[in-house]
Amino acid sequence: MNAATGMRRVSVHRLGEVLLASIQQELTDSIAVALRQDLTEMAAAGTRGVIIDISQVEIVDSFLARVLAEIAAATRILAGRTVVCGMRPPVAITMVEMGLGLPGLHTARSLEDALALVEAGEVGR
Amino acid sequence: MTVAENGGAAAVADFLRARREQLAQQWADLTLFRAVHTSGRDVAVHAAHRLVDALTEVARDGRVDDVTVPALDQVRAALAQMIAARSQAGATPPQVAAEVAELKRPVIAMVGRELADADRGAALIAATDLMGTLRLVGMEISLSDEGAIVARQRRQLSEVATPVLKLWDRVVAVPLIGTLDSARTQVVMETLLEAIVDQHAAVAILDITGVPLVDTVVAQHLMKTALAVRLMGARCVVSGIRPQIAQTIVQLGIDLGDITTRATLADALEWALGQVGTSIGRA
Amino acid sequence: MTTAAVTTLPITSDLEIAGVRQAVREAAVAAGFSLVEQTKVVTAASELARNTLVHGGGGRLEITRLDRPHGQGIRLRFRDEGPGIADVETALSDGYTTGHGLGLGLGGARRLVQEFAIDTAPGRGTTVTVTAWPRGAWGG
Ligand SMILES: Nc1ncnc2c1ncn2[C@@H]1O[C@H](COP(=O)(O)OP(=O)(O)O)[C@@H](O)[C@H]1O
Ligand SMILES: [Mg+2]
Repeated sequence: MNAATGMRRVSVHRLGEVLLASIQQELTDSIAVALRQDLTEMAAAGTRGVIIDISQVEIVDSFLARVLAEIAAATRILAGRTVVCGMRPPVAITMVEMGLGLPGLHTARSLEDALALVEAGEVGR
Repeated sequence: MTVAENGGAAAVADFLRARREQLAQQWADLTLFRAVHTSGRDVAVHAAHRLVDALTEVARDGRVDDVTVPALDQVRAALAQMIAARSQAGATPPQVAAEVAELKRPVIAMVGRELADADRGAALIAATDLMGTLRLVGMEISLSDEGAIVARQRRQLSEVATPVLKLWDRVVAVPLIGTLDSARTQVVMETLLEAIVDQHAAVAILDITGVPLVDTVVAQHLMKTALAVRLMGARCVVSGIRPQIAQTIVQLGIDLGDITTRATLADALEWALGQVGTSIGRA
Repeated sequence: MTTAAVTTLPITSDLEIAGVRQAVREAAVAAGFSLVEQTKVVTAASELARNTLVHGGGGRLEITRLDRPHGQGIRLRFRDEGPGIADVETALSDGYTTGHGLGLGLGGARRLVQEFAIDTAPGRGTTVTVTAWPRGAWGG
């Protein structure tokens, strides 16, 4: 990895009233922290849910797991559900072996399922 | 060994060193390297460099047709790793032998094409011997590598014992049979999670009707699997908890956490259909 | 046993932690690890590299490939000259942290590899050595 790609932030898109962050690059700790900041700030503008697509993420260690849980906690009141979608099998197996979970987060297989979950959360409240 | 052959071996050594990169690039595209190094071409090229270098040493040593020379140790090491990976992936020894044999053609073609007339004849003979030796070493490894063979058989066995059934649109089930040790759990987990991806499954049913005993260790394995399923974005339900097993679970004070459980596979399927129909939007 | 070449990487920034992950991934691929095995060892490396940086004040990683007749393993040695760990057992227990982490790094990394050793004392720095083998090479 070169320094240029290492410094790229994760871009956050607004899909109607849902925030979508699709992680497409190798995540350094500082990029993960920047994502948390961006999502927390954008959620303040009034959103119904946050979706984080991790289908391209090759490892989730305790740092990223913590940042994801913090995003869920920080956006819960303003933005409803945070859904993590698309986790790869080796990542899930490794997290379970390590004893890592994703407290406070919802999970979904695909982006469509994640959107449906956000909708369901909205109806349920 | 004649002088001509020795000269041929030296010419092959020089040739391999000079054409290291081109040859590694060509090898990286052949089945052996591609199948072992699936994660990227760079890695395959890197491994190919290693083999070219090892063969260069053998040619430099001169005895290109002798499978017992010490110079072959590096070649053995490089090849053993790839062959073990191939046989673990289920390739049979004849298949592997054919894949190793494929490496010969680019070498002979390049020597034939690029060496000057004066060197070509002896070099072609030496290169042919060298690649023949490589093939023999490969066969010797794949036939004698008991570790890899045992690993392959064990893997095939546990895979056969872990069929994943598609019960319904987006619902998969694994009927577990026999004891659940940690090696078994790993295989079940991997197979099930891959099936969830392939089938776009929203619910996975773990049916333990065929599991004779649930102790704390087995319970832990079930919880791990259920957790991994949930991280993947699907839900997990454990079915087939016979009254006897339910009793042991209570007696041992085993906590199944918040795993959903159902008495029979039919009950679990009913629960699954409810999940698929209501909570998760159908595509 | 023959021991192959050693690669050394610095760990002084979070970008270098990413570099560690990539180098360990390459070593695991070259040693014939399955995708799950690669992911486990890379995740363990990520945890240990971060500890080297955050708790140890920076250091380095040595990657060594180990050749055995039935497969190749990789050995990772993380070294720093930081404050060291006074009570290793406690540091290894789940949830224990002296910082802001989840306290799952050391214990979690240990569960992801086949061999795990810590050499540390207060004021003497910390060396964590782990070895990972692919299935089959480790009789499992
Ligand atoms: N290289 C190191 N140098 C000094 N202390 C360390 C080192 N690695 C781990 N520790 C200590 O062990 C504790 C537990 O580590 P870990 O399980 O990775 O949790 P975390 O990093 O989340 O705190 C750390 O909080 C720290 O006190
Ligand atoms: Mg840590």
